[in-house]
Amino acid sequence: MDLLIFKVPILMVQASLDGILLGILFALIAYGMALQWGVMNIINIAQGDLVILGGYITYFMYLSGIHPALGVIVAPAIMYFVGVGLYKLVINKVVDRDLFISILATFGISILFMQLMNFAFGADVVLANSEFGTTMLFNNSVTLPNSKLFSALISIIFAIGLVIYMKKSKLGRAIRATAQNARAAKILGVDTEKVYAATFGINAALCGVAGSLVAITFTIHPYMGLPYTIRSFMIVIIAGLGNLPGVAVSGMGLGVFEEFADYILGTEFRIGSVFLLLVLILVYRRFKLSKKREYLK
Amino acid sequence: MKIRNIIITFVSALALLLSTSVTSFAKVVGDKIILGSAISLTGKYSSNGVHTQNGYNMAVDRINSMGGIKVGGKTYKFEIIYYDDESNPKRAAQLAERLISQDGVEYMLGPYSSGLTKAIAPVTEKYGVPMVEANGASRSLFTKGYKYLFAVLAPANLYLDVAIDLAVEKNGGKPVTVAMAFEQDAFSQDVRLGVLEAIERTGSKKVIDDKLPKELNDMAATLAKVKAVKPDVLVVSGHTKGALTAVRQIAEMKVDVPMLAMTHCDAAKLSKQHGKNSQYALCASQWHKTLTYKDNFFKDGMTYDADFSKEFGYAPPYQAAESSAALLVFKDAFERANSFDKVKVRDALAATDMQTFYGNIKFAKGGQNTDKPMVLFQVMCDGDKCENKVVAPTKWASAELIHPIPSWSKR
Repeated sequence: MDLLIFKVPILMVQASLDGILLGILFALIAYGMALQWGVMNIINIAQGDLVILGGYITYFMYLSGIHPALGVIVAPAIMYFVGVGLYKLVINKVVDRDLFISILATFGISILFMQLMNFAFGADVVLANSEFGTTMLFNNSVTLPNSKLFSALISIIFAIGLVIYMKKSKLGRAIRATAQNARAAKILGVDTEKVYAATFGINAALCGVAGSLVAITFTIHPYMGLPYTIRSFMIVIIAGLGNLPGVAVSGMGLGVFEEFADYILGTEFRIGSVFLLLVLILVYRRFKLSKKREYLK
Repeated sequence: MKIRNIIITFVSALALLLSTSVTSFAKVVGDKIILGSAISLTGKYSSNGVHTQNGYNMAVDRINSMGGIKVGGKTYKFEIIYYDDESNPKRAAQLAERLISQDGVEYMLGPYSSGLTKAIAPVTEKYGVPMVEANGASRSLFTKGYKYLFAVLAPANLYLDVAIDLAVEKNGGKPVTVAMAFEQDAFSQDVRLGVLEAIERTGSKKVIDDKLPKELNDMAATLAKVKAVKPDVLVVSGHTKGALTAVRQIAEMKVDVPMLAMTHCDAAKLSKQHGKNSQYALCASQWHKTLTYKDNFFKDGMTYDADFSKEFGYAPPYQAAESSAALLVFKDAFERANSFDKVKVRDALAATDMQTFYGNIKFAKGGQNTDKPMVLFQVMCDGDKCENKVVAPTKWASAELIHPIPSWSKR
């Protein structure tokens, strides 16, 4: 137990801002997962590996002298086709099967991606330097790296853009219709096969954006994908499917919770406390659900 | 039909018999001494696994071309059987078992990393096979009473305690305050123990003691605490990821500390990936090319650096240098034992007392090399070009330590 944060209250501001900025990035990844989960009923274990692949695209742009910030445009464009390709190769065979089969399939994809990235890019930890500088607040006692601000801003832009796209465009409406009832959508002339491919592609593109931002703000490594999968899974579980504001709030909430746990309980309990929170939320949900059932009886 | 079956059975039985009788002599075949090694050629340790393998290969070629190993008046050459352990401890243990019981290997070279060495050591110990390893520094390897394990490198707890001593010295002999951030894995926690001992010994005080989760790549919370507490020294150890993350976020958050000490700077290619932001970082290293140790095979560090760069196209990290040293130790031990008997070779290894280009080598009871101090180098930049210069111990210092680190507002 460390009470430094109470002795130096300005740290609370720092922790909250850090948590929110981190949470927004995770929320973007979780949004992609929620979308595809809701539409196709597939839990994508390879989500984090798609993020890392997006990061490598940005890293190689950076190596060839292009500013890594442009990665947020290039990486999703490439990743969209990676996603559609994956759908045509593997996912379309498991899309209307049992959830368990799709978890196994995407788990396989995850392992394959890790090994391929390791084979192609090597096992070194790498990053892309954006040289964005730092924003200082409160007489230098709170520092916000501009790379983190940039990543939050880009995440918000993409999330809002996608919401508008889903509402206004023809494909967006088709995706939403398929999510509500695939059979009915099919009868009414929606090409669900195409919708599924596009959904998986959009998810991969979002992962591409997030990956670029990870390369700019943190580090990437072929085997670093799983934490991103787990984190986005947790955010979706807490927010529930098809609940976009929920995803954003639970992403930021988890980020802030994690930062405060770090300060108060110690860094070693950071991840553990997030898992504990998840268990508590699941137990609470179950408790609420069982009450409802009793009432129905 | 029956006769054919009998013949097939007979031939395969014969083949089996022949193959086992051949492998049981495999430790020394003709004029070759066969060494075995499970090494990470794929998986997450593959970069360092390849450095290790290159180091081994370079030494084998050098020793063979310079007259080989003389045992019982006859000249022998080294040959290594490699298997890829996929950076997986379970696989490494299986492969060690296979090398010893199927391939008949009687002398082993270590894998890469403490974790994999820990997995293999019980196997080599069970069969009484001497193993010289160059890449497992975790202290727990040397406290289990292993008799056949020898490490040419300094144990992990000696990595950064020098930094604390240095900080105290710079503070006019007065105790300092230390902030620590260590990853939760065997190696980094051993480094932490060494630092804790140094803190106690010098009467210093730890003000932050964060244990970083393995999957963490954000140290913002720890660094914000450092900013608030203002310690004299910040010590970070979390493999390459830890080093890269720390330097990036220290620069971004403008954290001012008089001394920043880390591990894995050269594995992380810190000065290349971060350029000027990595300036002034102090890094623990097992070896540096400017050290003045000498031997007959590689001459000295500078020559090794040049020869290695020529052969493999990149400057040797210390992981390669220490791997080459392992072969020199084996050669020396075989010649002193003047025998291929495992126990005699083991005893000769235990009595090793020699100098190589990599450093002095003399094994303590637990098998660790206690005769070679760690060195600390500091990243120093001239314009955009950054170099690692040894600053401690003073005997090998090629540059004066810059202390305290200038604040970010003045850089």
